[in-house]
Amino acid sequence: MGIGIRIEHLRKVYDSPPPSAAGGRGFSFGPTRTSGPKEKKKKIEILALDDISLEIPAGEIFGLLGPNGAGKSTTIGILTTRTEPTGGRAFVGEFDVWKQQVKAKRLIGVVPQRPNLDFALTTREVLLFHGAYFGQSARERARRADEELEKFKLTDRANQMVRELSGGLMQRLSIARAMMHDPEVLFLDEPSAGLDPQTRLMLWEIVRGYGALGKTIVLTTHYMDEADTLCQRLAIIDHGKIIAQGTPRELKSSIPGGYLLRLRFDRATEELLRQIRELPGVTEVKSADPTAADVYADRGGPLIGPIVNAAQAAGVEVHDVHIQEPSLENLFLHHTGRSLRE
Amino acid sequence: MNWKTFYALLSRDGHVARRSLVMVLVQNLLQPLLFTFVFGRVLTSGGMMQAGFKSVLLPGVIAISMVIAGVQAVAMPLITEFQFSREIEDRLLAPIENGWVAVEKIIAGMIQALVAGLVVIPAAWLTMGSGAHLSFAHPFTFVAFCLLVALFAAAGGLTLGCSVGATQIGLMFSIILTPMLMFGCVYYPWSFLRAFPGLQYAVLLNPVVYASEGLRGVLAPHVPHIATWITASALAAIDLGMIALGIKKFRKKAVS
Repeated sequence: MGIGIRIEHLRKVYDSPPPSAAGGRGFSFGPTRTSGPKEKKKKIEILALDDISLEIPAGEIFGLLGPNGAGKSTTIGILTTRTEPTGGRAFVGEFDVWKQQVKAKRLIGVVPQRPNLDFALTTREVLLFHGAYFGQSARERARRADEELEKFKLTDRANQMVRELSGGLMQRLSIARAMMHDPEVLFLDEPSAGLDPQTRLMLWEIVRGYGALGKTIVLTTHYMDEADTLCQRLAIIDHGKIIAQGTPRELKSSIPGGYLLRLRFDRATEELLRQIRELPGVTEVKSADPTAADVYADRGGPLIGPIVNAAQAAGVEVHDVHIQEPSLENLFLHHTGRSLRE
Repeated sequence: MNWKTFYALLSRDGHVARRSLVMVLVQNLLQPLLFTFVFGRVLTSGGMMQAGFKSVLLPGVIAISMVIAGVQAVAMPLITEFQFSREIEDRLLAPIENGWVAVEKIIAGMIQALVAGLVVIPAAWLTMGSGAHLSFAHPFTFVAFCLLVALFAAAGGLTLGCSVGATQIGLMFSIILTPMLMFGCVYYPWSFLRAFPGLQYAVLLNPVVYASEGLRGVLAPHVPHIATWITASALAAIDLGMIALGIKKFRKKAVS
């Protein structure tokens, strides 16, 4: 039986600088608290999660997609017992992750945003001790460690100190470590950040394979292609809120028209925008600044002629036309008015 | 409580400590031993100090070596592991309550402090040469004091390690450890502070005083020292306070 995940009205407000996800920037130990009502220091309050609810069924590969600072890592942090929720509840299987931490910890494996490997150990020892923490017998953990090393092509680095590994190798080892105890739920926070394309493909293979065993996988990413190819379902998250949820296909088809034409003019007159809005196939025209317009439509190239004609008729010069095919990137843009990478 | 995990955490720390054993011993013990040599041997043989000073010095050196070893064994790795690399995370994700990870750190630190003590006793004795009179008439009291001192060192290391950032390590040594050492009655009996009444009572806030005076009472009872029941109960109380504070700080620091 697989293990699902449920999140109910989760809120998180940081009152000290957040440790930048699991990768954390660390804490500062300056005089953070001031006493006495007189010199009340302005308290830092960062709203990281604003009432998020989610349900991830057992066996699903689920993606949290959003720009930096959207709340993805905080969500993972709470689900993995590393972050205390300010409000709401989160469950891994039947266990409330904050109240039944040990039981939840047994079920999960975590790949943090930045490798947090034990620098005092060698590659193989990282896996061996991890297995030991989870109660594996000496024989079992030796066998599993060798398997994982093999799977992640780390066998020739087995006896090297972790601190001597390159970033990409550390990331691989982090993933191997998370899978070492065969967790029911695997969390991967930006797993492919810093990986070369080849290793990224290897990672995707491994994640898919692990999912095929009936395990639940939650990953965060800001790579659209990763979310698109890997995840069965996605939640798009921005400013601590879920702004859209569904399968990649559903999400993409939810964008009006699907195609996005990004136009730039010397000036975009109201008259011109009205004319474009009336062209066949156009579902929505958004214009955030006076020299640009985003046109959502069910076609791309065939619209360029009519748009240029309309512009000429209105005495407007077209500076740039960019066609984007239906993608999650467009979806994000549609919902937030910002590109994912902004 | 999950003993398998606890034991695994402990064996991880043991493994890491063994790997750097010689380095750690040198780091922790070289200074006290050199101190012993200069003050206990050079100055006494030259007649600047009386030979009786050796017996005053030796228990203090044992105490301070244990304190330094225990504090360093716990605090230094914790400071780095809690920094941006968050190395400790894999242990915090182990299936055990976070408080037990802190307890494990204390036990590991105690063991290292006791090892340091075991090494420093013969080493300091040899360095000192003849003339140091130590009494082992009360082995149980001695063992009990060693445990109390080691516990103080490890729990204090936990508290420090969870309160200090990596950038403040230098500061920690100069404003916390050095004064504790100098005003810890390590190199002189507490009664010698009689001439400075304010200071004499102020240093009673320093746990190291009870460690060195306590060991002095057991190992060199002929030297003036604070009564053993006072040092023992003060150390025990400090230990309990440090454990509670250290675990509390650790748990707070473990989650964001």
